[in-house]
Amino acid sequence: MQGWIPLIPESASTFSWKVDALYFYLSGVTLFFTLLISATLIFFIIRYRRRTPYEIPRPVAGSHKLETVWTIIPFVIAMTFFGWGAVVYFEQYKPPQNAIEVYVVGKQWMWKLQHATGQREINQLHVPVGRKVKLIMTSEDVIHDVFIPAFRTKADAVPGRYTVLWFEATKAGTYHLFCAEYCGMNHSGMVGSVIVMEPRDFDNWLSGNTGTATPAAAGQQLYQTLGCASCHGANGEGGRGPTLAGLFGRQTPLASGGSVIADEAYLRESIINPQAKLVAGFGPIMPTFQGQVSEDQLVQLLAFIKSLQVSSGSGALPATAASPSPAAAPAQAPSPTRNIR
Amino acid sequence: MKPIESFELPAPSKVNYMNAQYGLKSWLLTKDHKRIALLYLGSITFFFFIGGIYALLIRLELLTPQGDFLASTTYNKVFTQHGIIMIFFFLIPSIPATLGNFLIPMMIGAKDLAFPRINLLSWYIYLLGGVITIYALLAGGVDTGWTFYTPFSTTFSNSYVVATGVGIFINGFSSILTGLNFIVTIHTMRAPGMTWFRMPLFCWSHYATSLIMILGTPVIAITVLLLAFERVARVGIFDPALGGDPVLFQHLFWFYSHPAVYIMVLPAMGVVSELIANFSRKNIFGYSFVAFSSLAIAVFGFLVWGHHLFVTPQSVYAGMIFSFLSFAVAIPSAIKVFNWTATLYKSSISYDTPMLYGLGFIGLFTVGGMTGLFLASLAVDVHVSDTYFIVAHFHYIMVGGALMAYLGGLHYWWPKITGRLYPEGWGRFGALVIYVGFNLTFLPQFVAGYLGMPRRYHAYPPEFQVFNVLSTAGASILGFGMLIPAVYFVWSMRYGKHAEANPWHLPGLEWRTQSPPPTENFETTPIVTWDAYEFAPREETEVVGKFSGHEEPA
Repeated sequence: MQGWIPLIPESASTFSWKVDALYFYLSGVTLFFTLLISATLIFFIIRYRRRTPYEIPRPVAGSHKLETVWTIIPFVIAMTFFGWGAVVYFEQYKPPQNAIEVYVVGKQWMWKLQHATGQREINQLHVPVGRKVKLIMTSEDVIHDVFIPAFRTKADAVPGRYTVLWFEATKAGTYHLFCAEYCGMNHSGMVGSVIVMEPRDFDNWLSGNTGTATPAAAGQQLYQTLGCASCHGANGEGGRGPTLAGLFGRQTPLASGGSVIADEAYLRESIINPQAKLVAGFGPIMPTFQGQVSEDQLVQLLAFIKSLQVSSGSGALPATAASPSPAAAPAQAPSPTRNIR
Repeated sequence: MKPIESFELPAPSKVNYMNAQYGLKSWLLTKDHKRIALLYLGSITFFFFIGGIYALLIRLELLTPQGDFLASTTYNKVFTQHGIIMIFFFLIPSIPATLGNFLIPMMIGAKDLAFPRINLLSWYIYLLGGVITIYALLAGGVDTGWTFYTPFSTTFSNSYVVATGVGIFINGFSSILTGLNFIVTIHTMRAPGMTWFRMPLFCWSHYATSLIMILGTPVIAITVLLLAFERVARVGIFDPALGGDPVLFQHLFWFYSHPAVYIMVLPAMGVVSELIANFSRKNIFGYSFVAFSSLAIAVFGFLVWGHHLFVTPQSVYAGMIFSFLSFAVAIPSAIKVFNWTATLYKSSISYDTPMLYGLGFIGLFTVGGMTGLFLASLAVDVHVSDTYFIVAHFHYIMVGGALMAYLGGLHYWWPKITGRLYPEGWGRFGALVIYVGFNLTFLPQFVAGYLGMPRRYHAYPPEFQVFNVLSTAGASILGFGMLIPAVYFVWSMRYGKHAEANPWHLPGLEWRTQSPPPTENFETTPIVTWDAYEFAPREETEVVGKFSGHEEPA
């Protein structure tokens, strides 16, 4: 498949072959028609070259039949490109259940990553082979973009929002991690690597890198320090403010009527700008935390809120769980989108 | 059959639009569309060479993987300014403001455009926008990319964003005025007998382009204005720190900037229709399909902007709709390519320089269009977004398409515009060099892009070097090739052979008056009794009953 100069990058995720297959299909079909058109052109150019200076060829009337044929056939072929592309795209952006979660914050010009189990990394991402990994991404400043060519996937990291990128690596190795959205002076220096490890090596790596609090534990700390507990309850059981336990991913009625799914974007907005979408039955009493919490801290607060489960009652924090998300399926955001706004 | 030698040509006169009046003032205050076209020609050539120098700086930097030739801040400014200059100050005005300005009145048998003063005003507006932009570049430059994505452009960039924005904002009005002028002219100034379906396809494509100009350009003007408001007054529109939405900017920006691609390529298609028909002495196959496909492109072109946002937080379902519409807009372009090819069937093809550019256009535009299908296809776009695949694709459309057609048109109408012939041998040689240089520059970038090389990278991993060396080699050939026509065009204005009224022996109205034309274009208003590209009497028309069509997709 790869000759002296490679034509496709390394394949190291479950998407790789799916994107490549579509790419080869597109290349085959377009190459065929490009060559067909070129060959026809060249044949005409030679065959019908001007032989005498004053020759006038007979005019030709158009043909509706031909026009119809060469409208419909390309359209049908294009629809196969569309359908195939859409199916794979849908899968690429449908966040999976039970994935390893990694929080990613982009800033000029570095990537800050933190595993749900607490390990922090800069410009490096360690992931195991054969497990789904979900990056929950945002940016502290401008738009960045996580691009891993070997995984055939990328997604923007947008300030003020959370976006999701997921993949499942299939081959151990070290792969490029690029920032693909132009972000200023050192854009081309905002690169790093994704290190895919065999599951056992990954577990070793995880256990050799403890000592940092998990995002959820750090979030719990912040939750106390910032005084959230005084209204939302020490374990998110609610009070003057709405209940937080079990809130994540659930449909929440709003004071203004209608409802919203309490995803990352909504929770973030409610911390930064609490008055924007008040929960039904509560007054506008919460102060804004804009400028008081960093993107990193926001991510930790979210991780904490996500870890709060109704059933646990006592509010025991699953600080060491690989995934702080509630395991119950209905508690997950049901819509397969990166953006529910 | 009879040669198309002998229309009634006017007796050669020594007086033409170039020498009817003398002095700088007679040029700077002219209301003659032909002189204004030349004013535009001079100014866009100036901008083209500035943009070209930036392009060569980019290619020099990328010769080696390390960022060792320019500082990263300089490199960022260089590619930004390359894009801004080439798109807003060269490609968008190129064909419409020069060839369109010169030829639309001549092709429809009018004395001038409908609003000659507005035409002159549009040039001054263009110039003002250009001067402000040049000021911004000289004062320190701009480093946001020509796309000005927020919040980088509104909050984080320390460069001359607002000054550049003002330049682009002002320049937009020249585009609007040109579009307005063309639409009114085509509606109201056609000579007796020049019905809509007798117009050369050049006029149809400019009509479609004008629609985009007047409907799309106000949106970019508003967008740039909002950007400047946020940057200067910190009004929260795009920056989330101020309560704005950065992706909103991308929607607004591409709502104009995608149709802007059609502002660049539709006039090119018009030129190519002229070249293909006239240099094969054949009526365009499926005239009305080619004419209406221009309008279809203009309309559908407004509905596909979201395909630039497949990797942003745009909803997945919106992505699918935009993908579908993007495939739909590809069809009218395909129809044109098929019809041009079919036109050549049983024709009489000359290998003159303009035709070489015209045929080159079809080849390069086909590659550009086909690779556009990759980008419309969602899953593949996710992988190649913001890589060199994109860079290669749009250069095939804008350079391989728009620029090739512009050069072809310039050669074709050069005898009419200047009254002089360019040297044909050098012309063919130049076309060949440009064609080779262009392909060597941009073909390798498709591969580099699929391999994952991100665009706008000042330094890059060493495995991509081989493609960049090829590109830089190609760009050197391309740059050299561009100098060939530049030199002989200038040379021919003084030393070229005098052109007759109709040096190519063609039936179009613009060839039925002297070269260069008189100020009034025609001595008497022509009365049109023939179709476009009517080389032989209509009775001889062959009806293609059995014609099976070699390019018919099997």
